[in-house]
Amino acid sequence: MFLDFFLLLKNRGLPVSLMEYLSLLEALDKGVIGRNIEEFYFLCRSTMVKHEKHLDQFDQLFGAYFKGIENISDEEIYNIPEEWLRKNGERLFSPEEMERIKAMGGLQELLERIKELFKEQNERHQGGNKWIGTGGTSPFGAYGYNPEGIRIGQDGSRHRRAVKVWDKRDFKDLKDNVELETRNMKMVLKRLRRITREGSEEELDLNRTIKKTSENAGFLDIHMLPKKRNSVKVLLLLDVGGSMDDHIDLCSRLFSAAKYEFKHLDSYYFHNCIYESLWKDNARRWEESISTFDVLHKYNSDYKVIFVGDAAMSPYEITMQHGSVEHYNKESGATWLNRFKEKFPNLVWINPIREDLWDYTHSIKMIKSFTGDMMFPLTIGGITDAIKALK
Amino acid sequence: MNFEGTSTYIAARDLQVAVNAAIAMQKPLLVKGEPGTGKTLLAHEVAKALGKRLFTWHIKSTTKAQQGLYEYDAVSRLRDSQLGDDKVSDIANYIVKGKLWEAFDADEQVVLLIDEIDKADIEFPNDLLLELDKMEFFCYELNKTIKAKQRPIVIITSNNEKELPDAFLRRCFFHYISFPDRDTLSKIVEVHYPSLEQKLMSEAMNVFYNLRNVRGLKKKPSTSELIDWIKLLMVGKINETELKAAHQQGQIPLIGAVIKNEQDLALLQKHNSVNLRR
Repeated sequence: MFLDFFLLLKNRGLPVSLMEYLSLLEALDKGVIGRNIEEFYFLCRSTMVKHEKHLDQFDQLFGAYFKGIENISDEEIYNIPEEWLRKNGERLFSPEEMERIKAMGGLQELLERIKELFKEQNERHQGGNKWIGTGGTSPFGAYGYNPEGIRIGQDGSRHRRAVKVWDKRDFKDLKDNVELETRNMKMVLKRLRRITREGSEEELDLNRTIKKTSENAGFLDIHMLPKKRNSVKVLLLLDVGGSMDDHIDLCSRLFSAAKYEFKHLDSYYFHNCIYESLWKDNARRWEESISTFDVLHKYNSDYKVIFVGDAAMSPYEITMQHGSVEHYNKESGATWLNRFKEKFPNLVWINPIREDLWDYTHSIKMIKSFTGDMMFPLTIGGITDAIKALK
Repeated sequence: MNFEGTSTYIAARDLQVAVNAAIAMQKPLLVKGEPGTGKTLLAHEVAKALGKRLFTWHIKSTTKAQQGLYEYDAVSRLRDSQLGDDKVSDIANYIVKGKLWEAFDADEQVVLLIDEIDKADIEFPNDLLLELDKMEFFCYELNKTIKAKQRPIVIITSNNEKELPDAFLRRCFFHYISFPDRDTLSKIVEVHYPSLEQKLMSEAMNVFYNLRNVRGLKKKPSTSELIDWIKLLMVGKINETELKAAHQQGQIPLIGAVIKNEQDLALLQKHNSVNLRR
């Protein structure tokens, strides 16, 4: 049962294992949920999904699968034998529900109504019926036919079920698509760490304990000290698109590995130069951008800011209003860069272009002087220098 | 045995399914969600609804997995030996039971809340794998296995400060409490303040949802803040007309209950003055 659905989740990269599949079956077997597709969805979600970043993908796959991948012809749906409906209807409906059915004019009337509804339904609902068609013996086949199902059609707005829960995709924002992890990169990033002893005291200070205990005539006098921790906070701003295409893979891998190294790391994207908006997910930059003012406001000035970009652009893109290649910017890039400089005293620019070529591009020189010569090449040595400068 | 919320706690249908599935399958339920959406409260309410005792294990950054099982208080044993106390000969006198042991020891089924598991060290959840799976552990000092008499209902909350290891997640049911929609939220408020006037409530909800929609807030106000705020409104005898008038001028009475840091307050003032000028 539902093996295909499980395999679909697995193939689409959702981290599900046999254990989850078996728990789902066991839960169904134990009758944890009522016969209702919504509850089935809730149960699937609880068993299969282990992190909120996967919820959105799960919702999409659930929607796609239970919408019915193969299309079933209309005739097939209209021609469900009345006998089957009657028999299963009686088996599945509770006495109260039967009462309600009677109030609606009896089962016959109800069946007529169902057929009408089928004809009115849009494609999405028809897909749902695939369930009934293929799963005549499955208890889930019954959803469409219980009074609740009818009610959906009648006053969808009151129960607000017109949109299926999983189709709402409430969890979109929790997705995390950044690819990470390269061990070499992580090793380099270790250089960015700043180890401090802060917080609660939890390690035994051996030397001091021995000294104090002897002073205490052999009675124990224990002394502790805080653990070593990495306390650096990093705000990362990555240039994407255009001339950065050659380097972006390297840059993003390098710094997404940083996620594991730093407790406080946030990253945003920009194109060529900073203007009034930034974005978190490059694929959705036009739909979901964030005002640069919000970013300036959100992070305290003890954040270390690292720009990553080739700084290769037309000088107008930095100095002029409306200079951006992509849109009419009200304020010049330089204005925005200065706002960053004022807010964050610890700021560096890391450039993937070879250092000896920097002097040939005017805009690189401009950006370099703006950062106060805090521009470093994207090499081990360059990063080491940048980190030193950040400290 | 079925959890359907209580008279003081409105559980959405998906949460009910998750809780009931976890109980039926005897697996821990991992609950995540925005702060203030009632994660910790859930365990209390489940215990209340099912009439079971609750054991709470609050996790801090210094908590070790072993502390939940038991601790061997070697220091006091050493001290007692120096003072010549008779207790010293029996090691059991120095085994201090942890919350897990207490829950395992109970004769009837209990609810065990492991609160804010993400606060602990990154390896912490891994150290509890077997204990939560088999509901047993081995006490070396006493040389015996401690096994749960009745498998407790385990509810674990996390605020997402650290990622939890996969092996741990595999053993749990997972539920993300999303922020309630308007209907659910008014039900929640109603449960807390049944005598609240309808008009005041709807006005308060307007203000509250507008506030949540302000972009860039460091901490969006959540359910618990709304409930505190409404309480203050009632204590301060602020009626819906006053609230509305204030809101139209870009002010929110008793804002300290909903907005908890000065940067957000500043942002809000900027936001409101912009809106007013329009």
